[in-house]
Order: sequence, then C-alpha cells, then structure tokens
Amino acid sequence: MSQTITIDPVTRLEGHGKVTIQLNDQGEVTDAHFHVTQVRGFERFSEGRPFYEMPSLMARICGICPVSHLIASAKACEAIMSVRIPHTAAQLRRMLNLAQMVQSHALSFFYLSSPDLILGMEADPKVRNILGVAAAKPELGRAGIGLRRFGQHIIELLGNKRIHPGWVVPGGVTEPLAQAKRDEILAMIPEAYANLGLGIGWYKQVAENFKPEIDVFANFPSLYMGLINEDESIEFTDGALRLIDAQGNTIDEGITASKYNEVIGEAVEPYSYTKFAYYKPLGYPDGSYRVGPLARLNIVKSMGTPKAEKELAEFKQLANGPVESSFYYHHARLVEMLYGIEKIEQILSDPLILDKHVRATAGVNRLEGSGQAEAPRGTLNHHYRVDENGKMTWANLVIATGQNNNAMNKGVAQAAKHYIKDGKFSEGILNRVEAVVRTFDPCLSCSTHAYGQMPLILTLVSSQGEVVDQVVRG
Amino acid sequence: MSDAVEVKTLIIDGEEVSALRGQTILEVARENGIDIPTLCHLDGLSDVGACRMCLVEIKGSNKLLPACVATVFEGMEVTTKSERLQKHRRTILEMLFAERNHICSVCVSNGNCELQSLGQEQGLTHIRLPYRNPELPVDASHERYTVDHNRCILCTRCVRACAEIEGAHVWDVMGRGINSIVITDLHEEWGSSTCTKCGKCVQVCPTGALYDKSKIGVDHPKNPDFLPYLNLMREAQ
Repeated sequence: MSQTITIDPVTRLEGHGKVTIQLNDQGEVTDAHFHVTQVRGFERFSEGRPFYEMPSLMARICGICPVSHLIASAKACEAIMSVRIPHTAAQLRRMLNLAQMVQSHALSFFYLSSPDLILGMEADPKVRNILGVAAAKPELGRAGIGLRRFGQHIIELLGNKRIHPGWVVPGGVTEPLAQAKRDEILAMIPEAYANLGLGIGWYKQVAENFKPEIDVFANFPSLYMGLINEDESIEFTDGALRLIDAQGNTIDEGITASKYNEVIGEAVEPYSYTKFAYYKPLGYPDGSYRVGPLARLNIVKSMGTPKAEKELAEFKQLANGPVESSFYYHHARLVEMLYGIEKIEQILSDPLILDKHVRATAGVNRLEGSGQAEAPRGTLNHHYRVDENGKMTWANLVIATGQNNNAMNKGVAQAAKHYIKDGKFSEGILNRVEAVVRTFDPCLSCSTHAYGQMPLILTLVSSQGEVVDQVVRG
Repeated sequence: MSDAVEVKTLIIDGEEVSALRGQTILEVARENGIDIPTLCHLDGLSDVGACRMCLVEIKGSNKLLPACVATVFEGMEVTTKSERLQKHRRTILEMLFAERNHICSVCVSNGNCELQSLGQEQGLTHIRLPYRNPELPVDASHERYTVDHNRCILCTRCVRACAEIEGAHVWDVMGRGINSIVITDLHEEWGSSTCTKCGKCVQVCPTGALYDKSKIGVDHPKNPDFLPYLNLMREAQ
C-alpha cells in the first residue's frame, strides 16, 4: 500500500516548511519534497511606495538576515539614482554584512545544527537542541552564543539596532563610525577568534564520524554560483557573480546585478511557495545551481585573509574539484566566519574608516535598477522599476533559498531513498532528512516574498496512509 | 470680580495659578509646568482645536473643553488628568491609528513621530477598532519633498504654517469628515504647485506624512522649534 510520510513542521529552520516522502507498495521511497508553506507578498505591497523606502521595507522580510536585504535593496536604489557611494560607506556596509554573516552562520551551525552533530542524529528529540548542547558541551554552547553576540553587537554598534537597523540607506549610510565604536569592535575580536577556533577544532574532530551522512546529504554534482572579486577572492557585498559547473569550470562570470535578470529565470513547482531559480541558457531543471557557503568556497581561489586562506586550502582538499556533499556547508560556514572576523579587523584598520563623508544623494535618474549581495545562505538579488517620481511600479526579488530549492529537494529525496527501506523508518531517520535541509540553512520567510495566485497541492491521506484524493490549484 | 480685570486666578489640578485675560488653559498650564498632551497645537501657529487630545474637565460643566482654544475665567477649576480624560485621549489615538495606514516600523519618522510618542505616553498597546486600510496616494512629484497621505492625521499644521508663517497658503484641506485630505493649490500635484520650497510644512508635520527626500530611508527628525523664534523676530522688526 502506498504511503505518504509527512514531517511537519521541519524543526530548527528559519520559517515554516514541511517534507513529504512518498512510498510505493513495496515501501520504497519514490519521491520526496521539501515544501515551503507560508506566503508573504512583499513584491506586491511595495508597489506605489517611494523607492527610497525600499531598504527599510524589504529588510522586514527577515529578522535573521535583514542586512542582506538592506544592502541588496540599497544597491538597487543606487542603480536607480545612478550614484556611486563613498568609499567609507561601502566599507562600513561591507563590515555590517560580514557581521551579519557571522551571527547568522553561528545561529545555523551552533544553535540549529550542532545538536545533531554533538548529541547525534538519533538523540532524544527532547534534548536535541541548543540547551542540550549547552549541557553536553558547555564551552561549545558558550562559543556559539559568543559568536552570535559578536555579530549582533557589531550590527547594533553600527546601525543602533540589532535587528532591522535603519542605518543603510540609498546612497550610503546615515551616520559615520565613531572612534569609540571602532575601538569597541576591535576589542571584541580576540574573543571571537578564540570562540571560532573552538568550533572549527571540534567540527574537524567529529566530521569523520558522519561519513554515512556526508555520502547522502545532497551529495551530487551541480552548478555553483556566488559573488567573487576580480582577483578571484571571496566577496559578500560587491564584485560580480560567477557560475561554475560540476567540474569547477567557469560557465559564466561577470554577472552584475543588472545582467542577473537576463541569465537567471525562476520556475514554479506545484508543491512549494518558493520558486526554483535556474540558469536560463541551460534551462530548468538542468540549469539549477547551488548558492551559499559551499558554493562560494567552491568558486573562489582565495579568501584574501591569512587565517581563512589556510582553512580554504584544507577545505579544497576534501574533493578533487568542487566539494559536492551539502554536509560540507557546515564546514564552509565555519571557514567563512573566520574570514568574516579577519575581514572586519582589516576594514577597521582602513585609515578612512572614520571619515565623515558616508552618503551620496541623487534623485531618480533611471527607471530601473538591480542590486545584489551575498546573504549568509547565498546570493540575493533585488530588481525594481519606478516611475519618474520614484514610486515603485514593480519589484522582483530572487532569494538564496529559491536558488537552493532544487538541490534541497533532490537532497531530501536522496537521503530518504537511502535511509527508508521497506517502509520502515524511525524518528532518527526522519531527523536525518530534516538535517539535509538544515545544511542549506534556508530562510523560508525570505523565500516566500512573492505575490500572485500560488499553486497549491492538497493531498488527502486515509488513516491507513492511503492517498485518497488530490486537488491541485495553480 | 468683573471680567475687565486683567489677572485671573484659577485652579488647575488642585494648584492655584494666575493668568492673564485671554490666555488659553493650555498656555497657563504649560507656564506652570503642568503637561497637557497635544497634537495639532504647535507653538508659533494659531490653534484650531482639531485633534481633541488636549481635552480637559471644567468643574460645573459636563462638556470637555479643548485646552488649546478654551480661555481662562476667574475661579475656573480645571482637571487635566482623570480616568475619563485618559479614556478619551486613548480612544482618539486609536481612531487616528485606525483611520489611515500608520506602519511605524517602515516609516521615515519612526522614533521621531509625535503620534507614535503620544501612543507610547498614553500606554496604547493595541487598537480596538477595525483598521480602515484606505488606499491613499503618495505624491512624490515635488523635487525635494514627498507627501504620503497614508500617514496624515489632518492636524492642519502644514496648512497653518504655509498660510501664517510663509504667507503662501499653498496647502489647504479638501473634502469633508473622514474623506478630508490636505491638498496643494487647487488639488494639483505638489511638484507643479506654487510651493515656495521653504520646507516649513515638512518641519511642522508631526508624523511622516510630509518628509524631505534628502532624508530618505528612516531617521527623519523634525525641527519645528524655529516657529516661535521666527514670529518673535518678525514682531521685533
């Protein structure tokens, strides 16, 4: 008898999602899907608003990565204004974005995923959480909390608020950095290094225990995309996108925010409110790619900071070519956090960082503009159109989670097929399926920003688990 | 005592105070350090008693009077704080919030808004009335300023500042009751109106309805304190 297993809600994720796994009469997994079940509507209700309100409005999409939205949105607005922001403002924004990356990665790794890694995939769900981690490995729990505080406190020092700071505006930032704040950030850096060292050291010790998971956690060849500098080093705020194939060869590069919309398309599947991004020349689903920490480290040739450089070299040893298992998102995340701390330290030593000129002004000079940045979980693109008075007429946002959507679905199916045999499964097995999704650190609230008639699939399952009826809308 | 006497004595919140004939209750209260919440009133502009936030109780009268336009009389006993007044003030605020689209979190005036501050002062935690969510326009045609009618509370400070201080009278009110809206000239776009671009209306606006495009994004403090000074200097000339 065919059966549908539903994991709802998927826990330790940002937002609401569920997983369904379809079994055939023999109890074998035929398919599995990751569904995003909420809907927001940001693209629709931004219409009619003045474009310069967009950064603060769009930042409200997410409480974890508001900074990414602030930056991508401000850059789209600057394209409309046709201005280049002052050097100091660009550096301050870069620091803000890195601080957010560190805190978000700390949340993903220590709060959401370390319970699986420390306590085990099969551990009692009652203790398989950050409190369980704090009890079992207090020093690691403290390190995670410390790293999150490090990132959040920098955001607060720069933007006066930990969440949704209003400091990033089209044209730059609202106020320059005060010397006292710079010194306060510098004073936090040694502790951040110590905390991260603890995390990386511990991860490397235990990673090899997870060999079976590494093999089936979305472990397949794919394309990868991320921002990169001209010198092929990692970039989160400026630069242009590069897309590589499964062998690591560059397929396309120099993808600026405005070119992005020409080469990236979005497909819709009936089971999710999140769209599926793909590289247009290869079509859907062949043009599906991965973004985020794993993709970024696969793309770059260097980190540009000494400590992270060594870690990158070690990471590159994991595979001959791009690292394919999504389990290694965890590893990549730790390397990126190290880079973030080092880069923040570097930016603060910039002699112009306290400069008072941090904002450029202009009106509407173009009727269309795009901006892109790397959110912690991957590339983010905002694309706006305005009328001659600067009022929004249209918006489209392409979010990291949409770009990883295909890989997440394939990964969920891969793990489910591997672990579920003869229709038998345990809580620990289902947790592994959830853990596949967790490696991507998807942000579901970000991913369902779109508007319009959403396709919806309704599955009616009898008490015996039989699919009785199915209604498809969309 | 006859009404011709220049100095009046009265009681505000149990405190004996003296005032000059023709002074409003609000003026006398503030001279004596007694706070009465206001929204449409602004030092330097005439008073219209539009918002009713400054309602006070007068002994011997069932009617509540707006302190900004009610003048003092001899022996008057005024109460500025009571449960009844608190209830009315909060209801007024709730109606203001429900009437149009006030979304503090994404407003340019978030943290610098008199309506928001009053809501906080009066302990407003939620709105019991259904939101009207009207579809109101944003006029961004002016080269320097924007008017967002969603955030307008019809206090008419802009109308008074433009007419009384700038002398241009570009702003006025169109329509009646809940359908009222502030307009420039004869309901032309602000950008093509006879506006002198002085920006006084923006500075006196208590909310984010009128704002400066160069202060885009959030964090838009207003500085209406120049008005009494401006009046003083003009009188001195």
